Amino acid sequence: MKTKARNLEEPGIASLEVLGFKLEEIPRWNCCGAVYSLAEDDLIHQVAPIRNLIRVKEQGKDKLATLCAFCFNTLKRANLLVRENAEKRNTLNSFMDEEIDYGGEVKVVHFLEVLRDEIGWEVLAQKVKLPLRELKVAPYYGCTLLRPREIAIDSVENPTILREFLEALGASPIDFPESTRCCGSYQIISNPDDISEYARDILNSALSHGAEALVLTCPLCDYNLGQGQKKLIKKHNEFKEMPLFYFTQLLALALGLDSRICHFELNYGSPELLLREKNLLS
Amino acid sequence: MSVTISPKRLRREFVRKVKELSGQNLQLCYQCGMCSGNCPAASNMDLSPRQIIELTRLGLEEEIANSKTVWICASCFACTVNCPRGFDLSKMMEAIRLLTLRKNIDYIRPEDISPQERCELPQIAMVSGLRKFTG
Amino acid sequence: MSVKEENKNPAETAVKEKKQVAVKLIPVYIMGKRYEVPEGLTIMKAMEYAGYKFIRGCGCRGGTCGACGTVYRKPGDYKLQVALACQKTVEPDMYMAQIPFFPANRAQYEFADLTSAPEEVFKLYPELFRCVACNACTKACPQGIEVMDAIAALKQGNIAEAARLSFDCIQCGLCTSRCFGELAQYHMLQLARRIYGAKVLPRAEHLAEMVGTVNEGRYDQILDELKHVKEDELKKLYQEREAEPMAAGEDWKPKDTRYL
Repeated sequence: MKTKARNLEEPGIASLEVLGFKLEEIPRWNCCGAVYSLAEDDLIHQVAPIRNLIRVKEQGKDKLATLCAFCFNTLKRANLLVRENAEKRNTLNSFMDEEIDYGGEVKVVHFLEVLRDEIGWEVLAQKVKLPLRELKVAPYYGCTLLRPREIAIDSVENPTILREFLEALGASPIDFPESTRCCGSYQIISNPDDISEYARDILNSALSHGAEALVLTCPLCDYNLGQGQKKLIKKHNEFKEMPLFYFTQLLALALGLDSRICHFELNYGSPELLLREKNLLS
Repeated sequence: MSVTISPKRLRREFVRKVKELSGQNLQLCYQCGMCSGNCPAASNMDLSPRQIIELTRLGLEEEIANSKTVWICASCFACTVNCPRGFDLSKMMEAIRLLTLRKNIDYIRPEDISPQERCELPQIAMVSGLRKFTG
Repeated sequence: MSVKEENKNPAETAVKEKKQVAVKLIPVYIMGKRYEVPEGLTIMKAMEYAGYKFIRGCGCRGGTCGACGTVYRKPGDYKLQVALACQKTVEPDMYMAQIPFFPANRAQYEFADLTSAPEEVFKLYPELFRCVACNACTKACPQGIEVMDAIAALKQGNIAEAARLSFDCIQCGLCTSRCFGELAQYHMLQLARRIYGAKVLPRAEHLAEMVGTVNEGRYDQILDELKHVKEDELKKLYQEREAEPMAAGEDWKPKDTRYL
């Protein structure tokens, strides 16, 4: 978030401030491990996400809001594990003997949930200064916000949270069938050709349904789709480049914040050109 | 594909370990194929997700070890979420991967990722990839 | 007592009288073999008392060079602990072994070719991302460094913070000896400190200016003069030099302003 995904974090924090919420970065946080460990006997990989939740508890706070969808999944699942399984909770607490005990006291939410549940779409719509009129954006959920069911922030089969978000900002959401299909995730390091294939299927589907851009919530989806389409364009000249946005960038833009915090220069698919075309960027 | 099923080929230890690590009841599956249908990587797999479950139940460790299926799984949970019997296939995939990784046999080495990519990849890609593919 | 004896050096007296001081011996196990060593010795001294000679894994004996890593256990305690042999005092029934060398991964690089970007560390040490935040490294560190936090900062691309947190590192390698992810934290953090010091920290401009002035020869004449002054004269010059008073204000100037 501080290096490659500045364009997800900065507009997000700034936007939430304008909406009346101050996000405090937790001190001494560590990487949560990105993926939730799926083995029954594996506790060492639960340590990292739980340690972050302990840091929140230490600050006397009871809620952790995440910007990254990938991390949301890991943190929320680890939290559920501690809440539901007393034996594992005890083992984890006694292993982390240098930390205070943790019993699942903190709630893990995603940024979109804060927008939907604590601010509300109507309030958000009222604060919009620059409606994103005529911007046809396809919401791309990926996996981590909606699967598995126990952590889903919306309906698993027919999510609407990004549609509602885009409508509040005045944009035109374009639903398409591949919006919850996996981008390939960590396979980028071992099977990058597969990633290009997935990108092709997802982007073609969005394009054929009339989308001009995609809106994303995860830096890995951004990388996979972005790099994927770069490779596709190299191989097939006729492949149309699709601008990729983070939802926080569209939020900041619509709230009338300075476009520099969006760091569009880090985006794939030249989104600035599209925004200028639509008179959404000076 | 043709597979020989016999008590001699049933690797009991393999089946037991997969059940233990995944915490799943392998008998739940009735081979409907929803998992394979929803899997985004299925077209690249030699053995489909559905087949992996059946082969595991039959203890055919060798066929599974020779297949690349579990290594191109992206842990997207589409299979789990769509299974009509509530079987968590993503946990079973992880269990099979771990049985290899815990023998100190890694699927990739960090050095195999090009220096250029190590610079450009978001950190979560490196962290998640190394967790899934190295022990 | 005669007058002559009263004036005798008390130290000499003590040596001559050869007092017997009772020393408590405690058992320790060095690489599985039992020895009785005086209480209060460091691990290093205890091993030497037992007859071992350190030809490797021994250095400053002052807790600064990081050469003498030891792994030990105490009876009734399952915990595996590490420490520096020259600093840690022996305890009864301690079970220990030396780690004179730990084969940690040290990347090969041309430092001059590196940029100041954190990606340089990611490139050279991709295993950095295997960290699981188990905190074993922090618990092992004899310098009390928050190693896990320093590695976390490094993963986040914060070279400055990683350098700041790992400042006291003595490169003993005990962190790596306990690491679940097999990271060589001390090598990675050393690279971070090198990058920070050489490529990130702003240069002291006034220092560069001064060096320039010296190289231009401003002080050559007076240095030359002083070199040819006799010892007595030099001593006199030194004692009579004008020093800036403690409570001098901003605009204080010495009488001789030739070299300001």
